[in-house]
Amino acid sequence: MVARGFRTIGAANGKQDRFMAKKSVSAEKRGPSGGKNVLEAIRASAQDIHKKILARKKPTMKFPVRSLSNVRYHPQRGFFEIAGRKKERTLTVNTVKTFAQTLRMVSLSKELIENDDIATKREAYYVSKNWEEARFNEQPESDTVMDDVEAYFAVNREQLGFIPEEKGGDVAGRLVVIDHDRDTGKALRIDCTRFGSGAYSIPISVEQLEFETGADFILVIETAGMFQRLVKHNYWKKANCILISMGGVPTRACRRFIRRLADSKKIPVYVFVDGDPYGITNIYRTLKVGSGNAAHLNEFFCVPQASFLGITPQDIVDYRLPTHPLKDVDIKRARDAIKNDPFIRHHKEWIRAIELLLKMSVRAEQQALAKHGLNYVIDTYLPEKLRRPERFLP
Amino acid sequence: MIASFMDLGAPVSSSKSRSGGSPQLDFPDMESLPPEAKEEPVEPPETRKRETAESMARRQREISISEFFSKNRHLLGFDNPRKALLTTVKEAVDNSLDACEDAGILPSLKVEIIQIEEERFRVCVEDNGPGIVKAQIPKIFGKLLYGSKFHTLKQSRGQQGIGISAAGMYGLLTTGKSIAVTSRTGPGKPAHYYEIQIDTRKNAPQVITDRVVEWEPPHGTRVEIELAGTYKKGRHSVDDYIRQTAIANPHCEIVFSVPGEDGPLHLERGSSVLPPEPKAIKPHPYGVELGVLIRMMKESPVRQLGAFLQKEFSRVSSRVAQEICGEASLKTRANPRSIAAGEAERLYRAINSTKIMSPATNCLSPIGEEQILSGLKKEIDADFYTAVTRSPSVYRGNPFQVEAGLAYGGTLPGDELVELMRFANRVPLQYQQSACAISKAVLGIDWRSYGLSQSKGALPAGPVLLFVHIASAWVPFTSESKEAVAAYPEITRELRLALQECGRKLASHIRTHRRAAEEQKKRSYIEKYIPHIGIALREILGFSESAENRLVETLKDVLERSRTA
Repeated sequence: MVARGFRTIGAANGKQDRFMAKKSVSAEKRGPSGGKNVLEAIRASAQDIHKKILARKKPTMKFPVRSLSNVRYHPQRGFFEIAGRKKERTLTVNTVKTFAQTLRMVSLSKELIENDDIATKREAYYVSKNWEEARFNEQPESDTVMDDVEAYFAVNREQLGFIPEEKGGDVAGRLVVIDHDRDTGKALRIDCTRFGSGAYSIPISVEQLEFETGADFILVIETAGMFQRLVKHNYWKKANCILISMGGVPTRACRRFIRRLADSKKIPVYVFVDGDPYGITNIYRTLKVGSGNAAHLNEFFCVPQASFLGITPQDIVDYRLPTHPLKDVDIKRARDAIKNDPFIRHHKEWIRAIELLLKMSVRAEQQALAKHGLNYVIDTYLPEKLRRPERFLP
Repeated sequence: MIASFMDLGAPVSSSKSRSGGSPQLDFPDMESLPPEAKEEPVEPPETRKRETAESMARRQREISISEFFSKNRHLLGFDNPRKALLTTVKEAVDNSLDACEDAGILPSLKVEIIQIEEERFRVCVEDNGPGIVKAQIPKIFGKLLYGSKFHTLKQSRGQQGIGISAAGMYGLLTTGKSIAVTSRTGPGKPAHYYEIQIDTRKNAPQVITDRVVEWEPPHGTRVEIELAGTYKKGRHSVDDYIRQTAIANPHCEIVFSVPGEDGPLHLERGSSVLPPEPKAIKPHPYGVELGVLIRMMKESPVRQLGAFLQKEFSRVSSRVAQEICGEASLKTRANPRSIAAGEAERLYRAINSTKIMSPATNCLSPIGEEQILSGLKKEIDADFYTAVTRSPSVYRGNPFQVEAGLAYGGTLPGDELVELMRFANRVPLQYQQSACAISKAVLGIDWRSYGLSQSKGALPAGPVLLFVHIASAWVPFTSESKEAVAAYPEITRELRLALQECGRKLASHIRTHRRAAEEQKKRSYIEKYIPHIGIALREILGFSESAENRLVETLKDVLERSRTA
């Protein structure tokens, strides 16, 4: 029900794009040119507003509430699904400013799609400077309106022509990414084993990519530092895997890339982050089941097959890791997760793990393993952990 | 001497402690004074010389009121150099205004503060009053507790006859200079110039110079006092006092010059109507204390108790007098002078249990709503003014009347606490704000319901000036320096009602104002943003410009209608 809009727009492709899709790789393709349907949706909604006004009625737009309180966790489906709550914005004297700005943002999107162009969030903000009184004063204002528009049409903002500023993530290891030359359209084979000490950078849009790999698993890493260490020592060769660095909370592109790769090649995803509430409840949880803010898109921007390799609270004990005390925000975040996060609440293992963390009142970073030697992580920790993947946290 | 001062100086303190008879000073208990006495061995050492009643008697003598005050100058408002300057100006100005009003003259005052040294000033206050007859000049300015106002129950600025002589005494004490007075009682009469010092031992004036001088004004008085002081602007400043005086006395005109300014400041008259002359009244029986009652009976020339009550008090008819005497089991024909202490106490209780009509209120002269408004308007630049004069009421037998005024908006600072101006008998009260019943009443009101913000236990905040006046034949000050009004429940109640009435008027003004501002904002929102809805829809749907205009006009109309609906 919730992702209805998305599927209608994504049309035939939508259905195959579900968790554990069984159809071929090409069926998952969904380029920004899916825009035709978006254009129709934009026109239809504008038409609706126009008609209402001419009938001397106050037009209304309905937006899904974008917060963790409006999501449900479906273990079978594997992601945060948006619950039904919507906020209604009726055009009144008090809402006229936001209403006008929303419509102008929609109009900008229509222009971008028609011209097959893109605008970053920052650029969209600067475009608004042309809108006289309706301009945005600060970028967060325009971002919020953009997120609203995205949720309203239940599409990915890339489909509206808006792209994020942020970088997607880095990839190294046993993987060939097949992209296309922007001019000739010819297939480009990108071998991720051949970047030396560098890495392949995940593009903002990953729908057109195809993959070839013989890897056993994907190791998703929180910090660039740990990623560098594993690349430097060609860990992917030793473990026959693909290494992906998220650099904090994974971007949508990063999540989508991992998802498509794991779905199409049917390989497991292991996540290696810091042993603290942020690593668990923000980074890992967002990667696996999505976020509250973009709940209408989580279906596509999540990696339900991911599991948590470490650092687990138990690792802190087992590996006698050096720790730092939990800060007040950590404690608040952890308590909040136990109380409000539908994903954490669904898994007793996670509640136990977070409670252990709170009881010890400490956190341990990935790099803490260096206490036992710089390459202890490669020689001992990861091999030991990977021997028992069934013990990874859900 | 001291005893009589305490008697008059503490109208607030309850009479309970004095019910024993003659008033007593509350000296510390001598026995408890030296703490080491308790720890000493039981046998006193022989070498130590003890005081005897006789040796103490040799040192016991009368203390002059002037001596007392020269040592306790803070009681009269001379605690520090800055306040001393203010008090001096204040005493002189109060006297001038009282004199002018008593004589039915619209006051024109000249107030000059001349800096002589870093911390030495000469204060000159000149009025166009009736002047003072030659023989009285030395006593008025050179003797404490000499005046016309203490023995009559009538609303006036001064009450006790301490102020101006105390200022002169302070000047003499700090600079060695005499107080200089020039006065003329009418055209064609000579102007007398006096230099006077107060003999603190005797509380008597010493005339240093006495001569007839050339002086221009047809009538009036000029007082000059040189004193040690400091002059500063801001809160508690002389400038503030003059400005507030001008607000509360719109019928007076003041030419005010201070050090460091080019020309004098001219505070114009806002009204040429003199306040109605307050009538002197006799005390109301409810207000009399036992000690005072006994004294009055001793001093009265009337020979019969019933007649005494009727003659010396207001609102006592022969029926009421009979009722009181009956209640006290005393004969109406008894001689007041031979009433025993126990009988007097019975009489005192009988008075308070008998129903007696409230005192006449023609002894009061409120400023009046109109005059308050004219005072505020002439000195304060605001958007909204309101004023309330309550009907007279009575505390402890003393009639009093409360007035409140309020100015809002304009140039008043919006993000600060409100400015509270307190007045008693038209005199600004500048110190001891927190101890004053007026401030307590302001604090006791929830100003948030009147549209101002207010933190707990604080004055409200907002672009507001509050003006509160209490008029009474006997304002119950908490001290001789007349800085704060005592919180009698009746006074507090009247203050609250007056302030609440102002508050309600303010609230309705703010509401109307806010509604208009909101209306304005909404209208501008419609004008500003609806065209953008037209632009966006036209861009998306690609209709014509005329269709866009039609859309925008329709939408404006729909919103306008829904707004007014």
